[in-house]
Amino acid sequence: MARISASVYTSHVPAVGAALDLGKTGEPYWQAVFKGYDFSKQWLKDQKPDVIFLVYNDHANAFSLDIIPTFAIGTAPEFAVADEGWGPRPVPKVIGHPRLAAHIAQSVIQDDFDLTIVNKMDVDHGLTVPLSLMCGQPQAWPCPVIPFAVNVVQYPVPSGRRCYMLGKAIRKAIESYDEPLNVQIWGTGGMSHQLQGPRAGLINKEWDQAFLDRLIAEPEKLAAMPHIDYVREAGSEGIELVMWLIARGAMNDVNGGKPPTVRHRFYHVPASNTAVGHLILENN
Amino acid sequence: MSLDKPYTDVPGTTIFDADMSRQGYHLNQFCMSLMKADNRARFKANERAYLDEWPMSEEQKKAVLARDLNRCIALGGNIYFLAKIGATDGKSFQQMAGSMTGLSEEEYRNMMVGGGRPIEGNRYIGEKK
Repeated sequence: MARISASVYTSHVPAVGAALDLGKTGEPYWQAVFKGYDFSKQWLKDQKPDVIFLVYNDHANAFSLDIIPTFAIGTAPEFAVADEGWGPRPVPKVIGHPRLAAHIAQSVIQDDFDLTIVNKMDVDHGLTVPLSLMCGQPQAWPCPVIPFAVNVVQYPVPSGRRCYMLGKAIRKAIESYDEPLNVQIWGTGGMSHQLQGPRAGLINKEWDQAFLDRLIAEPEKLAAMPHIDYVREAGSEGIELVMWLIARGAMNDVNGGKPPTVRHRFYHVPASNTAVGHLILENN
Repeated sequence: MSLDKPYTDVPGTTIFDADMSRQGYHLNQFCMSLMKADNRARFKANERAYLDEWPMSEEQKKAVLARDLNRCIALGGNIYFLAKIGATDGKSFQQMAGSMTGLSEEEYRNMMVGGGRPIEGNRYIGEKK
Protein backbone atom coordinates (compact mmCIF):
# COMPACT_ATOMS: atom_id res chain seq x y z
CA MET A 1 0.00 0.00 0.00
CA ALA A 2 1.06 3.61 -0.47
CA ARG A 3 2.26 5.55 2.55
CA ILE A 4 3.03 9.14 3.51
CA SER A 5 6.67 9.27 4.54
CA ALA A 6 7.09 12.98 5.25
CA SER A 7 5.57 16.43 5.02
CA VAL A 8 7.27 19.57 3.79
CA TYR A 9 6.17 23.14 4.51
CA THR A 10 7.43 26.19 2.68
CA SER A 11 6.55 29.69 1.54
CA HIS A 12 6.07 30.07 -2.22
CA VAL A 13 7.13 33.70 -2.80
CA PRO A 14 7.05 34.54 -6.55
CA ALA A 15 10.18 36.70 -6.28
CA VAL A 16 12.09 33.56 -5.25
CA GLY A 17 11.21 32.04 -8.61
CA ALA A 18 12.23 35.23 -10.39
CA ALA A 19 15.56 35.31 -8.51
CA LEU A 20 16.29 31.74 -9.65
CA ASP A 21 15.12 32.27 -13.21
CA LEU A 22 17.08 35.52 -13.63
CA GLY A 23 20.28 34.10 -12.13
CA LYS A 24 20.27 36.26 -8.98
CA THR A 25 20.86 33.41 -6.53
CA GLY A 26 24.44 34.56 -5.87
CA GLU A 27 23.32 37.94 -4.50
CA PRO A 28 23.61 38.18 -0.69
CA TYR A 29 19.93 39.17 -0.44
CA TRP A 30 18.89 35.87 -2.06
CA GLN A 31 21.68 33.70 -0.66
CA ALA A 32 20.17 34.31 2.76
CA VAL A 33 16.96 32.68 1.48
CA PHE A 34 18.39 29.83 -0.57
CA LYS A 35 20.83 28.65 2.08
CA GLY A 36 17.83 27.59 4.13
CA TYR A 37 17.08 25.00 1.44
CA ASP A 38 20.55 23.47 0.96
CA PHE A 39 19.77 20.71 3.43
CA SER A 40 16.33 20.19 1.91
CA LYS A 41 17.59 19.64 -1.62
CA GLN A 42 19.92 16.85 -0.52
CA TRP A 43 17.23 15.42 1.75
CA LEU A 44 14.75 15.22 -1.13
CA LYS A 45 17.33 13.45 -3.33
CA ASP A 46 17.93 10.90 -0.57
CA GLN A 47 14.24 10.36 0.14
CA LYS A 48 13.33 9.66 -3.50
CA PRO A 49 9.56 10.12 -3.17
CA ASP A 50 7.44 8.44 -5.84
CA VAL A 51 4.77 11.14 -5.75
CA ILE A 52 4.43 14.58 -4.17
CA PHE A 53 0.93 15.67 -3.16
CA LEU A 54 1.41 19.44 -3.33
CA VAL A 55 -1.06 21.73 -1.57
CA TYR A 56 -0.88 25.30 -2.87
CA ASN A 57 -3.08 28.11 -4.03
CA ASP A 58 -3.62 29.55 -7.44
CA HIS A 59 -3.10 33.33 -7.67
CA ALA A 60 -5.64 34.38 -10.31
CA ASN A 61 -3.95 32.31 -13.01
CA ALA A 62 -5.71 28.97 -13.52
CA PHE A 63 -8.88 30.28 -11.87
CA SER A 64 -10.33 33.70 -12.63
CA LEU A 65 -13.44 34.99 -10.88
CA ASP A 66 -15.55 32.91 -13.27
CA ILE A 67 -15.13 29.78 -11.16
CA ILE A 68 -13.74 29.72 -7.60
CA PRO A 69 -13.31 26.17 -6.30
CA THR A 70 -12.51 25.88 -2.59
CA PHE A 71 -10.57 22.61 -3.02
CA ALA A 72 -9.44 21.47 -6.47
CA ILE A 73 -7.46 18.30 -7.22
CA GLY A 74 -5.46 18.06 -10.45
CA THR A 75 -6.10 14.69 -12.08
CA ALA A 76 -4.39 15.36 -15.44
CA PRO A 77 -1.34 13.50 -16.84
CA GLU A 78 0.53 16.80 -17.01
CA PHE A 79 0.21 20.48 -16.17
CA ALA A 80 1.69 23.40 -18.10
CA VAL A 81 3.49 26.25 -16.33
CA ALA A 82 1.25 29.35 -16.26
CA ASP A 83 2.08 32.70 -17.85
CA GLU A 84 1.23 34.97 -14.92
CA GLY A 85 1.83 38.12 -16.97
CA TRP A 86 5.63 38.10 -16.96
CA GLY A 87 5.84 35.06 -19.31
CA PRO A 88 5.87 31.44 -18.07
CA ARG A 89 8.67 30.51 -15.66
CA PRO A 90 11.41 28.58 -17.51
CA VAL A 91 10.88 25.42 -15.47
CA PRO A 92 9.85 21.89 -16.46
CA LYS A 93 6.20 21.05 -16.98
CA VAL A 94 4.65 19.18 -14.10
CA ILE A 95 3.89 15.50 -14.60
CA GLY A 96 0.82 14.36 -12.69
CA HIS A 97 -0.28 10.99 -11.33
CA PRO A 98 -3.82 10.59 -12.69
CA ARG A 99 -4.43 7.15 -11.22
CA LEU A 100 -3.54 8.08 -7.65
CA ALA A 101 -5.23 11.49 -8.01
CA ALA A 102 -8.47 9.86 -9.16
CA HIS A 103 -8.24 7.39 -6.29
CA ILE A 104 -7.79 10.21 -3.78
CA ALA A 105 -10.69 12.18 -5.28
CA GLN A 106 -12.99 9.16 -5.05
CA SER A 107 -12.02 8.42 -1.45
CA VAL A 108 -11.98 12.00 -0.13
CA ILE A 109 -15.34 12.92 -1.69
CA GLN A 110 -16.87 9.83 -0.10
CA ASP A 111 -15.43 11.16 3.16
CA ASP A 112 -17.59 14.31 2.80
CA PHE A 113 -15.01 16.70 1.28
CA ASP A 114 -16.55 17.94 -1.95
CA LEU A 115 -13.49 18.40 -4.15
CA THR A 116 -13.53 19.98 -7.58
CA ILE A 117 -11.85 17.68 -10.10
CA VAL A 118 -9.64 19.45 -12.61
CA ASN A 119 -8.54 17.65 -15.77
CA LYS A 120 -6.96 20.68 -17.41
CA MET A 121 -5.10 23.37 -15.50
CA ASP A 122 -1.94 25.46 -15.68
CA VAL A 123 0.05 25.68 -12.45
CA ASP A 124 1.48 28.96 -11.17
CA HIS A 125 4.30 30.00 -8.81
CA GLY A 126 2.36 28.65 -5.84
CA LEU A 127 3.27 25.17 -7.08
CA THR A 128 6.48 25.72 -9.05
CA VAL A 129 8.38 27.85 -6.52
CA PRO A 130 8.28 25.14 -3.81
CA LEU A 131 9.52 22.64 -6.41
CA SER A 132 12.35 25.02 -7.36
CA LEU A 133 13.31 25.59 -3.73
CA MET A 134 13.40 21.86 -3.01
CA CYS A 135 14.84 20.62 -6.33
CA GLY A 136 16.93 23.49 -7.70
CA GLN A 137 16.90 23.80 -11.49
CA PRO A 138 16.62 20.28 -12.95
CA GLN A 139 15.68 19.39 -16.54
CA ALA A 140 12.67 17.53 -15.18
CA TRP A 141 11.06 17.43 -11.73
CA PRO A 142 12.17 14.31 -9.83
CA CYS A 143 8.75 12.66 -9.59
CA PRO A 144 5.07 13.06 -10.45
CA VAL A 145 3.18 15.77 -8.57
CA ILE A 146 -0.53 15.93 -7.74
CA PRO A 147 -1.53 19.61 -7.60
CA PHE A 148 -4.09 20.41 -4.94
CA ALA A 149 -5.31 24.00 -5.16
CA VAL A 150 -7.03 25.71 -2.22
CA ASN A 151 -8.94 28.97 -2.51
CA VAL A 152 -7.26 31.45 -0.18
CA VAL A 153 -7.82 34.46 -2.46
CA GLN A 154 -11.53 35.16 -1.98
CA TYR A 155 -12.97 35.10 1.52
CA PRO A 156 -14.21 33.15 3.17
CA VAL A 157 -11.43 30.63 2.66
CA PRO A 158 -11.69 27.18 4.28
CA SER A 159 -11.11 27.15 8.03
CA GLY A 160 -7.96 25.76 9.60
CA ARG A 161 -10.01 22.98 11.11
CA ARG A 162 -11.53 22.06 7.76
CA CYS A 163 -8.05 21.93 6.22
CA TYR A 164 -6.71 19.80 9.05
CA MET A 165 -9.58 17.31 8.76
CA LEU A 166 -9.11 17.22 4.99
CA GLY A 167 -5.48 16.25 5.54
CA LYS A 168 -6.68 13.25 7.53
CA ALA A 169 -9.03 12.23 4.72
CA ILE A 170 -6.23 12.56 2.16
CA ARG A 171 -4.02 10.36 4.30
CA LYS A 172 -6.73 7.72 4.53
CA ALA A 173 -7.11 7.82 0.75
CA ILE A 174 -3.37 7.47 0.10
CA GLU A 175 -3.04 4.61 2.56
CA SER A 176 -5.75 2.66 0.75
CA TYR A 177 -4.00 2.89 -2.62
CA ASP A 178 -2.85 -0.49 -3.91
CA GLU A 179 0.72 0.33 -5.00
CA PRO A 180 3.64 0.62 -2.55
CA LEU A 181 4.32 4.29 -3.26
CA ASN A 182 6.42 6.62 -1.12
CA VAL A 183 4.27 9.77 -1.01
CA GLN A 184 5.19 13.14 0.44
CA ILE A 185 2.63 15.82 1.21
CA TRP A 186 3.67 19.46 0.98
CA GLY A 187 1.85 22.45 2.41
CA THR A 188 2.86 25.80 0.94
CA GLY A 189 2.25 29.55 1.25
CA GLY A 190 2.79 32.06 4.04
CA MET A 191 4.33 33.01 6.32
CA SER A 192 3.33 36.49 7.52
CA HIS A 193 2.84 38.89 4.64
CA GLN A 194 0.45 41.48 3.35
CA LEU A 195 0.54 42.58 -0.28
CA GLN A 196 -2.23 45.15 -0.31
CA GLY A 197 -3.25 48.50 1.12
CA PRO A 198 -1.40 50.90 3.42
CA ARG A 199 -0.51 48.02 5.78
CA ALA A 200 1.41 46.19 3.01
CA GLY A 201 4.77 44.89 4.17
CA LEU A 202 3.52 43.62 7.52
CA ILE A 203 5.73 40.95 9.08
CA ASN A 204 5.23 39.29 12.46
CA LYS A 205 8.25 37.15 13.36
CA GLU A 206 7.08 36.16 16.82
CA TRP A 207 3.73 35.00 15.52
CA ASP A 208 5.38 33.06 12.69
CA GLN A 209 7.78 31.26 15.05
CA ALA A 210 4.91 30.42 17.37
CA PHE A 211 2.98 29.06 14.39
CA LEU A 212 5.91 26.78 13.53
CA ASP A 213 6.18 25.62 17.16
CA ARG A 214 2.49 24.86 17.38
CA LEU A 215 2.34 23.20 13.97
CA ILE A 216 4.92 20.74 15.25
CA ALA A 217 3.65 20.25 18.79
CA GLU A 218 -0.10 20.90 18.87
CA PRO A 219 -1.53 21.00 15.36
CA GLU A 220 -5.07 20.19 16.46
CA LYS A 221 -5.21 23.22 18.74
CA LEU A 222 -3.58 25.35 16.07
CA ALA A 223 -6.27 24.24 13.62
CA ALA A 224 -8.89 25.86 15.85
CA MET A 225 -7.42 29.33 15.29
CA PRO A 226 -9.97 31.57 13.53
CA HIS A 227 -9.26 33.39 10.25
CA ILE A 228 -9.25 36.80 11.89
CA ASP A 229 -6.15 35.88 13.90
CA TYR A 230 -4.24 35.10 10.72
CA VAL A 231 -5.39 38.34 9.07
CA ARG A 232 -4.74 40.57 12.05
CA GLU A 233 -1.44 39.03 13.16
CA ALA A 234 0.10 37.70 9.95
CA GLY A 235 -1.37 39.98 7.28
CA SER A 236 -4.18 39.52 4.79
CA GLU A 237 -2.09 37.09 2.71
CA GLY A 238 -0.82 35.27 5.82
CA ILE A 239 -4.11 33.35 5.61
CA GLU A 240 -2.31 31.07 3.14
CA LEU A 241 -0.95 29.26 6.19
CA VAL A 242 -4.21 27.32 6.59
CA MET A 243 -2.85 25.17 3.76
CA TRP A 244 -0.02 23.93 5.98
CA LEU A 245 -2.66 22.30 8.17
CA ILE A 246 -3.73 20.02 5.32
CA ALA A 247 -0.24 18.54 5.16
CA ARG A 248 0.01 18.38 8.95
CA GLY A 249 -3.32 16.54 9.27
CA ALA A 250 -1.95 13.76 7.07
CA MET A 251 0.92 12.85 9.43
CA ASN A 252 1.13 9.67 11.57
CA ASP A 253 0.98 11.23 15.03
CA VAL A 254 -2.41 12.83 14.54
CA ASN A 255 -3.78 9.58 13.15
CA GLY A 256 -2.82 7.26 15.99
CA GLY A 257 0.93 6.97 15.28
CA LYS A 258 4.19 8.30 16.65
CA PRO A 259 5.35 11.93 16.69
CA PRO A 260 7.32 13.02 13.61
CA THR A 261 11.00 13.89 13.55
CA VAL A 262 11.70 17.56 12.84
CA ARG A 263 14.31 17.09 10.15
CA HIS A 264 14.75 20.75 9.24
CA ARG A 265 13.51 24.18 10.27
CA PHE A 266 14.28 27.53 8.68
CA TYR A 267 12.95 31.06 8.97
CA HIS A 268 14.08 34.24 7.27
CA VAL A 269 12.84 37.78 6.65
CA PRO A 270 12.48 39.04 3.96
CA ALA A 271 11.99 37.59 0.53
CA SER A 272 10.47 40.55 -1.27
CA ASN A 273 7.30 41.29 0.81
CA THR A 274 7.24 38.05 2.73
CA ALA A 275 8.57 36.07 5.68
CA VAL A 276 9.95 32.72 4.50
CA GLY A 277 9.23 29.70 6.68
CA HIS A 278 10.24 26.13 5.99
CA LEU A 279 9.86 22.87 7.88
CA ILE A 280 10.43 19.19 7.13
CA LEU A 281 8.68 16.59 9.28
CA GLU A 282 9.42 12.88 8.81
CA ASN A 283 7.00 10.20 9.88
CA ASN A 284 8.27 7.53 12.27
CA MET B 1 -29.35 38.83 9.44
CA SER B 2 -26.06 40.47 8.59
CA LEU B 3 -22.95 38.41 8.08
CA ASP B 4 -20.13 38.37 10.60
CA LYS B 5 -17.19 40.35 9.24
CA PRO B 6 -14.67 40.60 12.08
CA TYR B 7 -12.00 41.93 9.72
CA THR B 8 -13.29 45.45 9.15
CA ASP B 9 -11.25 46.93 12.03
CA VAL B 10 -7.85 45.86 10.66
CA PRO B 11 -6.04 49.03 9.63
CA GLY B 12 -5.00 49.60 6.02
CA THR B 13 -6.55 46.33 4.93
CA THR B 14 -9.47 45.44 2.66
CA ILE B 15 -10.55 41.83 2.78
CA PHE B 16 -11.57 40.52 -0.61
CA ASP B 17 -14.78 38.78 0.36
CA ALA B 18 -17.76 37.69 -1.70
CA ASP B 19 -19.24 41.18 -1.54
CA MET B 20 -16.08 42.92 -2.77
CA SER B 21 -15.69 40.23 -5.42
CA ARG B 22 -19.19 40.96 -6.71
CA GLN B 23 -18.34 44.65 -7.07
CA GLY B 24 -14.98 43.97 -8.66
CA TYR B 25 -15.91 41.18 -11.03
CA HIS B 26 -15.39 43.06 -14.31
CA LEU B 27 -12.38 45.01 -13.02
CA ASN B 28 -10.68 41.78 -12.03
CA GLN B 29 -11.64 39.99 -15.23
CA PHE B 30 -10.17 42.90 -17.22
CA CYS B 31 -6.93 42.38 -15.27
CA MET B 32 -7.08 38.68 -16.04
CA SER B 33 -7.26 39.44 -19.77
CA LEU B 34 -3.78 40.97 -19.52
CA MET B 35 -2.32 37.49 -19.11
CA LYS B 36 -2.39 37.27 -22.93
CA ALA B 37 0.44 39.04 -24.74
CA ASP B 38 -1.88 40.28 -27.52
CA ASN B 39 -4.17 41.89 -24.97
CA ARG B 40 -1.25 43.51 -23.16
CA ALA B 41 -0.16 45.07 -26.46
CA ARG B 42 -3.66 46.33 -27.25
CA PHE B 43 -4.05 47.75 -23.74
CA LYS B 44 -0.72 49.56 -23.93
CA ALA B 45 -1.54 50.99 -27.36
CA ASN B 46 -4.76 52.63 -26.11
CA GLU B 47 -5.61 52.05 -22.47
CA ARG B 48 -8.87 53.96 -22.43
CA ALA B 49 -10.21 52.20 -25.53
CA TYR B 50 -9.29 48.82 -24.11
CA LEU B 51 -10.96 49.61 -20.79
CA ASP B 52 -14.09 50.74 -22.60
CA GLU B 53 -14.50 47.20 -23.91
CA TRP B 54 -15.28 46.14 -20.33
CA PRO B 55 -18.50 46.85 -18.39
CA MET B 56 -16.52 48.49 -15.57
CA SER B 57 -17.61 51.61 -13.70
CA GLU B 58 -16.07 54.93 -14.69
CA GLU B 59 -14.47 55.09 -11.24
CA GLN B 60 -12.82 51.72 -11.77
CA LYS B 61 -11.50 52.76 -15.18
CA LYS B 62 -10.07 55.98 -13.76
CA ALA B 63 -8.40 54.13 -10.92
CA VAL B 64 -6.75 51.76 -13.41
CA LEU B 65 -5.60 54.63 -15.65
CA ALA B 66 -4.11 56.38 -12.57
CA ARG B 67 -2.54 53.07 -11.39
CA ASP B 68 -4.10 53.88 -8.00
CA LEU B 69 -4.08 50.39 -6.53
CA ASN B 70 -5.62 51.42 -3.22
CA ARG B 71 -8.56 52.89 -5.12
CA CYS B 72 -8.80 49.79 -7.31
CA ILE B 73 -9.00 47.66 -4.17
CA ALA B 74 -11.65 49.91 -2.64
CA LEU B 75 -13.67 49.36 -5.82
CA GLY B 76 -13.49 45.58 -5.64
CA GLY B 77 -10.08 44.83 -7.13
CA ASN B 78 -7.97 42.03 -5.73
CA ILE B 79 -4.22 42.32 -5.57
CA TYR B 80 -3.52 39.07 -7.41
CA PHE B 81 -5.63 40.26 -10.32
CA LEU B 82 -4.30 43.82 -10.16
CA ALA B 83 -0.80 42.36 -10.34
CA LYS B 84 -1.47 41.69 -14.04
CA ILE B 85 -1.50 45.48 -14.60
CA GLY B 86 1.83 45.72 -12.82
CA ALA B 87 3.22 42.90 -14.95
CA THR B 88 2.06 44.74 -18.06
CA ASP B 89 3.88 47.84 -16.80
CA GLY B 90 7.00 45.82 -16.01
CA LYS B 91 6.67 46.31 -12.25
CA SER B 92 7.64 43.76 -9.61
CA PHE B 93 5.24 42.66 -6.91
CA GLN B 94 7.33 44.59 -4.40
CA GLN B 95 6.99 47.79 -6.41
CA MET B 96 3.24 47.29 -6.56
CA ALA B 97 2.87 46.54 -2.86
CA GLY B 98 5.07 49.49 -1.95
CA SER B 99 3.02 51.86 -4.12
CA MET B 100 0.06 51.43 -1.77
CA THR B 101 1.90 52.38 1.40
CA GLY B 102 2.88 56.00 0.83
CA LEU B 103 6.56 55.05 0.97
CA SER B 104 9.02 55.47 -1.88
CA GLU B 105 10.25 52.32 -3.56
CA GLU B 106 13.56 52.57 -1.72
CA GLU B 107 11.93 53.28 1.63
CA TYR B 108 9.64 50.28 1.23
CA ARG B 109 12.48 47.97 0.22
CA ASN B 110 14.52 49.17 3.19
CA MET B 111 11.59 48.59 5.53
CA MET B 112 11.37 45.00 4.32
CA VAL B 113 15.12 44.42 4.65
CA GLY B 114 14.82 45.85 8.16
CA GLY B 115 12.30 43.18 9.11
CA GLY B 116 9.10 44.52 7.58
CA ARG B 117 6.28 46.64 8.94
CA PRO B 118 5.99 45.94 12.67
CA ILE B 119 2.82 44.40 14.05
CA GLU B 120 2.78 46.69 17.09
CA GLY B 121 0.25 49.45 16.46
CA ASN B 122 -1.04 47.73 13.32
CA ARG B 123 -3.55 45.25 14.70
CA TYR B 124 -6.57 47.51 15.17
CA ILE B 125 -7.70 50.81 13.69
CA GLY B 126 -6.82 53.53 16.20
CA GLU B 127 -4.53 51.25 18.21
CA LYS B 128 -1.88 53.06 20.25
CA LYS B 129 1.67 52.11 19.38
